[in-house]
Amino acid sequence: MKNKMAANKGIYTKRDDGRKMDEVRPMTAKVGIVPSADGSASFETGRTKAIAVVRGPRTLHPQHLQNAQTGILRVNYGMMPFSVEDRIRPGPNRRSEEISKVTEWALSSVVDLSGFPNTVVDVFIQIPQADAGTRVAGINAAAMALAHAGIPMKQMVSAIGVGKIDKTLVVDLDKFEDSEFHDEEGSTDIPMVFTSRKKDIALLQLDGKISVPEFKEVVEMAKKACEDILKVQMEALKNVGEDDE
Amino acid sequence: MANEKRQIVVPGETLVSGNEFLPGDGAYRDGDDVVAGRYGILNMAEKHVRVIPVSGAYYPRRGNTIIGTIVDITFNGWLIDFGGAQNAFLPVAEVPRYINRNEMREFLDFGEAVVVKVWDVKSRGVDLSMKMRGFGKIEGGMILSVSPNKVPRIIGKEGSMVKLIKDATGCSITVGQNGKVWISGNDADKELATKKIIEFIIAHSTIAGLTEKVEKFIADLGLKVEKVEIVEENTDGGEE
Repeated sequence: MKNKMAANKGIYTKRDDGRKMDEVRPMTAKVGIVPSADGSASFETGRTKAIAVVRGPRTLHPQHLQNAQTGILRVNYGMMPFSVEDRIRPGPNRRSEEISKVTEWALSSVVDLSGFPNTVVDVFIQIPQADAGTRVAGINAAAMALAHAGIPMKQMVSAIGVGKIDKTLVVDLDKFEDSEFHDEEGSTDIPMVFTSRKKDIALLQLDGKISVPEFKEVVEMAKKACEDILKVQMEALKNVGEDDE
Repeated sequence: MANEKRQIVVPGETLVSGNEFLPGDGAYRDGDDVVAGRYGILNMAEKHVRVIPVSGAYYPRRGNTIIGTIVDITFNGWLIDFGGAQNAFLPVAEVPRYINRNEMREFLDFGEAVVVKVWDVKSRGVDLSMKMRGFGKIEGGMILSVSPNKVPRIIGKEGSMVKLIKDATGCSITVGQNGKVWISGNDADKELATKKIIEFIIAHSTIAGLTEKVEKFIADLGLKVEKVEIVEENTDGGEE
């Protein structure tokens, strides 16, 4: 049904799950899910679920990686073997290494570890259930976990994936839109990270083709979606005091 | 602190607007606004705006009493692990009596626990001292690990909670700001009872009227709150 509909119309006029083109999947966020860690959070959008755990600041070993001027941020992203239908081989791979790195860069722009030289703050992101958009869900969870760990941060970050399905721009692609839609022009996914205060872009990745006017629209759509995500993140962080702390 | 409304703030959130306000710990200025630089509870003292941590790792501050273990011995002091970002250093000159450099292991050996005071916090690490009353090596009893953010709950207002437990069990309790609690008493049953009470406080740290609940819990354990004279008090820096 999915493919037939798209093929008949020639363009993607209606979303598979009935969402509006600029509608984000329903989100839930929770803070403090791992009590023994310094900070932790989970973030879900639709069927994508990410958990992030922060440990540190703590002394960095081996010593040659230490920076005497500032602490460093180290991100480790991984998908759990059962997160998708086919089993994923556990352990680092090309994709997870890339995502760890870009997440690290995006988060480094807001955290301030200058007060903790020679130390490291470890961020572990795990994806128990994947339905596209795992890196943005991971970044959303990691930002909350870092805040929860009491790490000095200038501001928060929120992440969203905006895509182009055939000729239509859509926000927050799910698995079908992201990797199973191959008709006509196919799909393009653009993960973006915005800072909460300055609304700067902390991360932007683009696989595929898009025109300049369309791209400008994508940035606006992502900015708007990030407002909603930030609200969910703030809500989760503010409510933690009620039952946990 | 329990009665007033706690306002939790998130990094990047505007706390107040206006040039007359001064950003303190955990806050910074951005144009006209004072902005939260970390996650915590908003604290405004007149024009001074700061954010008090509610979660996360322990950050040492000058004057804190902490409990740690010896992890290394250098030619002029001891390195102490207290669960913070860096190790802390206790120089030989900062212990109560003169120690010969060759006999440092006899005074404090690897793995032994100490109660020490944070003398100075530098970017490179923490300096400690043991020279004042109530500090020294830990012998006997047990050490309990709790979240550093729950420490004010255990201590209570001006040490009232700690005093309550001490009166009930007769054990001496030393609360380290880094979340380590040293319990020491005459018999193991009393120490275990003390441990149970502290765990109860941690589990119920957010409820209103905690003191009454703890009193009831103590009564349920079959202990009576009676006045016992305890020599040492190490409960500084309790309530923020």
